[in-house]
Amino acid sequence: MRSPMNTPTPRFDAREASKWFFRHGHTGWLGLRFTDQGDNWVELELPWREDLIGDSSQHVLASGPIISLMDMASGMAIWQTRGTFQPVATLDLRVDYQRPARERASVKGRVECYRITRSAAFVRGIAYDDDLADPVAHVAGCFMTIGADPREANPALGGGGDA
Amino acid sequence: MPEGLELPAYARSLGLSLTGGEEGGMPILTVDFGPMVEGRPQHFHGGATAGLLENAGYAALRTALLAAGRDPLLKPINITVQYLAAGKSQASFAVGRITRLGRRNANVTVEAWQSDRTRPIATAVMNILMV
Repeated sequence: MRSPMNTPTPRFDAREASKWFFRHGHTGWLGLRFTDQGDNWVELELPWREDLIGDSSQHVLASGPIISLMDMASGMAIWQTRGTFQPVATLDLRVDYQRPARERASVKGRVECYRITRSAAFVRGIAYDDDLADPVAHVAGCFMTIGADPREANPALGGGGDA
Repeated sequence: MPEGLELPAYARSLGLSLTGGEEGGMPILTVDFGPMVEGRPQHFHGGATAGLLENAGYAALRTALLAAGRDPLLKPINITVQYLAAGKSQASFAVGRITRLGRRNANVTVEAWQSDRTRPIATAVMNILMV
């Protein structure tokens, strides 16, 4: 993951990354959009769509796409916090549904990475439709970095004491 | 396969279907690998895997409720997904098991796997409210 000294890797930027992240794959199919970011958080939006409803009697987004939204916002919050794009694997993700999303409403997911070590990252966030103080769901998750095994890290190259 | 079991719009548009097979009396769901479920290249997106698990959980609960002659509205309370192994570029399967079916709520556990049933790639525990 080290780049030559004369070509420093630009800091990960969720807004820029969204331009190519959401062009294909599962998140592209869902139509996720970037909405906002901070130093350690990212907010994405899942637009309302007829074929994503969970129950034919209600015009309300299913809970499944909301998990996808929060999973993606979690990963991006981790890269935003770390400052680099290093693939992560979700270990677990818990979603507590507070209430259904409003009819025909898109849902935003704001996730913050509140703790990060060399190999693990912890996130928490909320999904909401129009009021951050009246969430649709709360989430909590734990992720692990993949591709770089900390046991193989050379302590002489700046290995810290964390996990 | 119980009569009257239908997958919701989201499940169908994600490409989920019932295999027609069962385990412990509960329907097995499947999804092929493709762009709609892809996260990092050639792997399932965690959200797509969660969608498969969640729908298998609801299908199991619906099956148990149909057998009991009940047809309540189901509302999700929570779901915890554990990811055990990367979902590779091949079909995934999932089946739910009712841990407890109460009057107002149900606790359902779900497992997803790929080519080897004994090696799950993800599990979920769901609490579902019935009204």
